[in-house]
Amino acid sequence: MTSRTTWWFRLTIALLVLGAAALGGCSLHDYPQSSLHPHSDYANSIQRLLETLVFWVVVIFVLVEGALIVTVVRFRSRPGAPEPKHVHGNTTLEVAWTIAPALILALVAVPTVLTIFKTQAKAPAGSLEVKVVGHQWWWEFQYPEYGIVTASELHVPVGRTVTVSLETADVIHSFWFPIVGGKRDVVPNHVNHIWFTPDSVGEFPGQCAELCGVSHANMRMKLFVQSPEDFKAWTAAQQAGPVEPDSTTLAGKGKAVFLEVGCVACHTIQGVSPGIIGPNLTHVGTRTTIAGSIYPNTAENLAKWIGDPQKRKPGATMLNLGLNPDQIAAVVAYLQSLK
Amino acid sequence: MATTTAPVTAAAHAPAESGTGLWSWITTVDHKRIGALYGVTAFTFFLIGGLEAMLMRIQLAKPENTFVSPDVFNQLFTMHGTTMIFLAIMPLSASFFNFMIPLMIGARDVAFPRLNAFSYWVFLFGAIFLNLSFFLGGAPDTGWFGYSNLTSSQYSPGHGVDFWAIGLQILGIASLAAGFNFIITIVNMRAPGMKLMRMPVFVWMTLVTSFLIIFAFPVITVALVFLLFDRLTGTNFFAPAMGADPVLWQHLFWLFGHPEVYILILPAMGIVSEILPTFSRKPLFGYPVVVYSGIFIGFMGWGVWSHHMFSVGLGPIADSFFALTTMLIAIPTGVKIFNWIATMWGGRLELKTPMLFAIGFISMFIMGGLSGFMHASPPADLQQTDTYFVVAHIHYVLFGGSMLGIFSGLYYWFPKMTGRMMNEGLGKLHFWLTILAMNVTFFPMHFVGLLGMPRRVYTYAPHMGFDTMNLISTIGVFGIALSLLVFIWNFLTSSRSGALAGPNPWGGATLEWAIPSPPPVYNFGTVPTVHSLDPLWAKDGAEISRTANQVRGHIHMPPSSVWPAVSALGMAMLMSGMLFGWWVGIPGLVIMLVGLYSWAFEPCH
Repeated sequence: MTSRTTWWFRLTIALLVLGAAALGGCSLHDYPQSSLHPHSDYANSIQRLLETLVFWVVVIFVLVEGALIVTVVRFRSRPGAPEPKHVHGNTTLEVAWTIAPALILALVAVPTVLTIFKTQAKAPAGSLEVKVVGHQWWWEFQYPEYGIVTASELHVPVGRTVTVSLETADVIHSFWFPIVGGKRDVVPNHVNHIWFTPDSVGEFPGQCAELCGVSHANMRMKLFVQSPEDFKAWTAAQQAGPVEPDSTTLAGKGKAVFLEVGCVACHTIQGVSPGIIGPNLTHVGTRTTIAGSIYPNTAENLAKWIGDPQKRKPGATMLNLGLNPDQIAAVVAYLQSLK
Repeated sequence: MATTTAPVTAAAHAPAESGTGLWSWITTVDHKRIGALYGVTAFTFFLIGGLEAMLMRIQLAKPENTFVSPDVFNQLFTMHGTTMIFLAIMPLSASFFNFMIPLMIGARDVAFPRLNAFSYWVFLFGAIFLNLSFFLGGAPDTGWFGYSNLTSSQYSPGHGVDFWAIGLQILGIASLAAGFNFIITIVNMRAPGMKLMRMPVFVWMTLVTSFLIIFAFPVITVALVFLLFDRLTGTNFFAPAMGADPVLWQHLFWLFGHPEVYILILPAMGIVSEILPTFSRKPLFGYPVVVYSGIFIGFMGWGVWSHHMFSVGLGPIADSFFALTTMLIAIPTGVKIFNWIATMWGGRLELKTPMLFAIGFISMFIMGGLSGFMHASPPADLQQTDTYFVVAHIHYVLFGGSMLGIFSGLYYWFPKMTGRMMNEGLGKLHFWLTILAMNVTFFPMHFVGLLGMPRRVYTYAPHMGFDTMNLISTIGVFGIALSLLVFIWNFLTSSRSGALAGPNPWGGATLEWAIPSPPPVYNFGTVPTVHSLDPLWAKDGAEISRTANQVRGHIHMPPSSVWPAVSALGMAMLMSGMLFGWWVGIPGLVIMLVGLYSWAFEPCH
C-alpha cells in the first residue's frame, strides 16, 4: 500500500506541475491572444473564478480517475479469484456521493453568481464609451465622445473604464479581446454591452468568435492600450481633418482616382467622401493593419488588396474596380498619406 | 448459467423472410436485420464524417494553409457536425435499440415492425439527400447549429442551407417514428414478470432517450419550418430588417439541441451499465439510483439550454439560472460514475475488449464532464465558448463518451448479432490505439482554445502560438483513422471466421443471452417469465434459458413488406421537392400515397 500511495502522490504532483506549466508558464509573447493572461479588472474577475474551477477540476479528476484506476488494478481478474459477492447497493454511500458533489458545486456556484452580477453590473460613471459595429468581415469603432470613427484597431487609455456597446450591420458576430475579458455577441436588433478597465499598456490581438460566413477567420482586430498622454495624442490626430495632398504629387493623383473610380460610394474620408459601407479611411495611414487586421499596412499589401480584394480575403464585399497598376499605385500613395 | 442450445424446430415455423438477397433486405421487417442496416449505414456515415474531420485537420496542420478553400472548410465542419450527430451517433444508438431491445425485454419484435422499417428507410433517404448537396452546388456551410440570420437567403444565397433544413426535417420523421415505436415496445411488450424496475438499464435509457426524441424533435421541426418558410416563401420569422429577433432561433435550436446531447449520451450510458456488471461478475451497484439519475438527467436536460448562449447577453438573472441548473445536472452524472466504479469494486474484472471500452468510456467521459463543468460557469464560459476548448469538450463527451460506449456495445453484442466472437487481440489493439489517438488529437485542443484560438476558423496567423498544438492534433487524427482500420479489419474477418460464440459467451445476466447466437427470427421459442433484475444469474436462470428456447406450436411473425421502403422513398421525394421542384415532389406524393395505402391494406398473415 505504501508504494502505491507514493506512486499516486508522485503522479498527482507531476500532473499539477505539468498543468501549471501548460497554463501559467507560457507567456503572452508566445501566445498573444491567450485568455489566461488577464490585463483588465473584467478579465481578472474571470481568471480568479477560473482558478477556483481549475482547482476543483484537478481535485475531482485525480480522485475519480484515481479511484477508477485503483479499482481496475486491484480487482482485475486473477487466476483462482473467488466469485464476487453480489452487492446490490448501499444507501449511505449513495447519499454521500450525492451530497459531496453538491457541496463542491455550491462552492463554485456562489463565486460564479457573484462574478456574473459584478461583471454585468452597470459600468461606473465617467467611462469612455465606444460603439462597436460588426461587419462581414471587419470591426468598426466609433467614439461619440471624440467624434472619431475608425476600423479594426481599437485605441483605449490605460486605467480608464471603457464601456463598449455592441451592434451589427449584418449577421451575428462576437467581440473578443481575451486580454480584457470574455466575449460578447453582437446580434441584429440588440445592443449589448461590456465594460473593462485595462491595467497595462500594450498591443493585443482579438478576433470575431461567432461563425459569420466565409471569412469568419479573417475578421480580426487589434487593441492598443495606451498611456493617457499617448491616447490623448491619438484622439487629437484622429479628430483632425484628413491630410490634403498636393495635386501634383502621386498622392494627389491618387485622390483624384479615389474620387473618380467609385471608392467614394463605400468609404468615408472626412470632407472628401460620404460612403458608409466600408471602413472609414480618414486616417487609414495611421493604422498598422488593413483588410480586417489580417495584413500589415504596407504599400505592397494595400496594392494587392485594392487589385483583388476577393483573392486576399475570400468573400470580401469590397469591389474589384479593375484599376490599372498606375491607378493602384496612386491610390495607395494617397491612402498612405492619410496619417 | 451456461446454456446449451435447445433443439429448435424452427423449420416448422419458417419465417416469411429467410432469404439473404437484396430484396429480402429491402423488404425486411425483422428488428435484427433493421438493426444491422442501421448499424452498417450509420458506421458508413461515421467514416464519411471522419473523413471530413481529417480534411479539416490537414488544413489546420499549419498556419495559413491552403489545402482547402474557406468555403469548403465551412462546408466540412458543418457536415462533420451534422453527420456525426444525426447520421452516425444517433443511428448507431438506434442500431442497438433495434437489435437489442426486443431481445432484452423478451419480445419477438418491436411493437410496429413495418414502422420500424419505415424509420430506417426515411433515415437512409434523408442522409443521402443531405449529402447530395456536396454534388449539387455546395453543402451547408453555416454550422450544425445553423444560427439565424446567417442562414437567411440574403447571407446564404446558395442551396446548402435548404439541403440542411429539409434533410433534418426528413431525418426528424425517422427519429420520431422510431421514438414512438420504442416507447410502445418497451411499455407494452416486456416479458411477463419484467416490471419497470426489473428492466435492464439499457432498456431504461432507451425509454428515456425515446421520450427525449419525441419531445425534442417537434421543437427543431418548428424552427426548421420557420427557416424554410423564410427562405422559400419570404416570411420574416428570423428577418431582423422586419423586426424579428434572430435569438429566437437560438432558443428553439438549443431547446432541441440540449436534450439532443442526452439523446446522444444516454444510450451509451445504458450500454456501459450492461457491460460493467457482466465483466465484473457482480450486479450493477445502486440500480435504482442509476435509473433515477438517468431519468433526472432526461428531465433536467430541458432546463439548461441557454448555457449554449451565455455570450448572447441574456442578462445576469438568466445567466445565473442556467448556470445553476447546469451545475445541478452534474450531480446525477457524477452519481452514475460513482455507481459504475462501485460496481467494479469488489468484482472480478474480466478485462475483455467490451470491458476495456466501457472503462475507457468512464475515464474519458469524466474528462469531458469536467471541462463541461468549467464552462457551466458563465464568466469562465465567456472566455471558452466558441474556442477550441469547447471543441475538446464535445469530443471528449461524444467521441470519448458516446463512441467508446458504442464500440463497447459493439464488441459486447457482436457475438449475439453474428454468432461469432471478435478477435480479442485486435480488439485490444483497437482500444489502446483509440485511447492514445483520441487524447493526442483532442487533449491539446483544451490548451489551444484557452490560449485564444476560436473554433470554425479555416486558418490562423503564425506567431499566435497555435502551430505546434494544431500539428499534434492533426497527427492524432491519423491515429484515430488507423484505429478504425484495425476495427474494420477485425469486424470483417471475425464476422466470417471468428470463433463460434454460443448463446452466452460472456456469462451475461439479461434475457438476450438465453437464446442462440444469432437469435432465430422469432427470438424466443417461449417468452420466459422473469422474477428478478438479473434473470440468468438468478436461481431459475437455467430454467429461463430452457423455456426461452422451447418452441411450442406455431409462432406468428409479421411478413416482410416493401411498402415501408416505398412510402419512405415517396416521402423523401415529396420533401426534397421543396428544393428540386414539382417534378420530384408530385411523383413523390403519388409514390408515398400508393405506399401508405398498400401498407394499410396489406394482409399481415
